[in-house]
Amino acid sequence: METKTEHPKIKELKYTLYRIFRNPSAIIGVVLLFAFITIAVFAPYIAPPKFKHRPYMMPHKGYSMTPQPPGQGRIFGTTSGQYDIFYGVVWGTRTAFRIGIIVVLSAFVIGAAFGIVAGYYGGLVDEIIMRMVDVFFAIPFTILAMAFVVAFGRGLNSIVIALILVVWRRYARVMRAGVLSVRDQDYILAAKSMGVSDLKIMLRHIFPNAVYPVMVIAFMDAGSIVITAAFLSFIGLGVPIGYADW
Amino acid sequence: MKYTADYIYQKAERSDITSFHFSLFSFQLIGRFHKFSIFNYHFSISFWFWLFQVRIQGVTLPAFIARRLMFMVVVLFGVSILMFGILMTFSPERRAAAFVKSPQQVKEIPKLVKKYGLDQPFYIQYARWIKEISHGNFGWSTVASSPTLDAIKRYLPVTIEMNLFSLPIIIILGIWLGTIAGIHRDTLIDHATRIGAIIGWSLPTFLFALILLMFFYSQFQLFPPGVISDHIDDFISNNPDQFIQYTGMYTIDGILNWNFKVVWDALMHLFLPVVTQVTVVIAILVRVMRSSMLEEISKDYVITARAKGVDTHTINHKHVKKNALLPAITVAGWLVALSIEGSVAVEFIFNRSGLGLLLVKAATQLDIPVVLAISVFLGLIYVVVNLIVDVLYAVIDPRIRLR
Repeated sequence: METKTEHPKIKELKYTLYRIFRNPSAIIGVVLLFAFITIAVFAPYIAPPKFKHRPYMMPHKGYSMTPQPPGQGRIFGTTSGQYDIFYGVVWGTRTAFRIGIIVVLSAFVIGAAFGIVAGYYGGLVDEIIMRMVDVFFAIPFTILAMAFVVAFGRGLNSIVIALILVVWRRYARVMRAGVLSVRDQDYILAAKSMGVSDLKIMLRHIFPNAVYPVMVIAFMDAGSIVITAAFLSFIGLGVPIGYADW
Repeated sequence: MKYTADYIYQKAERSDITSFHFSLFSFQLIGRFHKFSIFNYHFSISFWFWLFQVRIQGVTLPAFIARRLMFMVVVLFGVSILMFGILMTFSPERRAAAFVKSPQQVKEIPKLVKKYGLDQPFYIQYARWIKEISHGNFGWSTVASSPTLDAIKRYLPVTIEMNLFSLPIIIILGIWLGTIAGIHRDTLIDHATRIGAIIGWSLPTFLFALILLMFFYSQFQLFPPGVISDHIDDFISNNPDQFIQYTGMYTIDGILNWNFKVVWDALMHLFLPVVTQVTVVIAILVRVMRSSMLEEISKDYVITARAKGVDTHTINHKHVKKNALLPAITVAGWLVALSIEGSVAVEFIFNRSGLGLLLVKAATQLDIPVVLAISVFLGLIYVVVNLIVDVLYAVIDPRIRLR
């Protein structure tokens, strides 16, 4: 009789998935996430764009300033200026994913890199990087957004750059704190004594052990960043009027 | 030991029964407070003498503070240069245009640019700005129609007043809720707090504020937006001898002047902004406190204490909570340091003329003196709060002192 042994990593993955799908809140989260991904992917079929070359601009019928309630041909009603809300929600899903993912990923890369370098080398490097982080911490977010919107014009790119510049500072801080607690552990010393290069120690040994607090914040941020972008649009520093955005 | 139970019983024999009960009660109170307070040792004078010999990050406390204040100058310098650099990307005409009121004045723009040297290189303009602010001249604010420093002095108390109400609620309630959720993991209390925290976290502040305003103000005429009602404002500005404005905060001024009409009116205006602020901001503190409690509760010393037979309440509130408090204090420090920026959305919706509203107006209308002044001011607050948090760390956690 032949006993089939699975690769330990596959076994671990199976166990993880089993644990995840026993948790009701995890199931709700996964279902919601997939629902929104589906909406984002099938946006051209759910709400066919009127103008193929710029699908993110919401179509509007007429210029009346009175918002319309839901009715025939407008499932969620219209805003003032007669923009179709349903179309905006569907295509805004794509914008929301774009903002959330791009901002969090870029900020994560920048923040984690600075955090690891500052925490690992310490001393003067640490001092310089952390004072730089302090400088960025002290700058009000609204002002940064304003500066980029005025310099590059209203649009998604200005918001994304401003948001990245605001978000990375926190990741750098948390990453550095994590690295500090890992840096003096025995296995790092062992790796050093074996002559492993600094870069490899940072990437293979320190990063995986110090990254969890940053990942928790980053995942929570992916949602709240969309809200922040919405607030910027609300006060008139965000995307232009009529652009599909949550 | 003077105030032992024996002493109190002796005293009780001599005096009547009520005084005995009172002293026993107070003894229990003090004992309980002493037992569970994190700060019990920190109230003694000897601690404060000792603290000054304590080392933080390798230096004594006064040296540490002095070093941090030196860094403060560096940070403020960095902030101002960065902001100045960003604002210098605007063309000189654009910066001058903020001061133009009517179409007839448009042809004056080149003259303005020449007069104020807006087309000169970066370092000359920056040096001129530094020179002027060292004389206390932050420039003219077009948004507030007054000198920038006066505008900040006028707008700041409103923001401070709101945060004076919201921040203590957020910090105390947040830490309390997080502690409870951490202790009673996976029970009804835990789920309720977590769901509440997630809802608060994912609510857009401005949307929640608008809904509250729509419900309470437009349906029931309760809790109006703004800072103070018009008739109260008239009364204050018409009777400067009856109502002296000490701080600019209506609730505190009202108490100092013993005029509770003003206090009540100000509180009515404060209610919804504080509710919004607490609901939205408390989420992060609850989550941090909860996860930190869970981490500490699974550590070995808890098992040891339990094996010794220490009761659960003592373990949770004396051993675990003390250790779990550190990350929560970091977050609370951030909340305080960024509170002015955090008030932007609330002040914008509720039309409270605070620093957040000034910031939004200045940012959307390109009021450069105000933008620069506020960034430097917020930088100052940020550095000072961080300094306080670091010292507080050393006060609370002996491990940081010893490092």
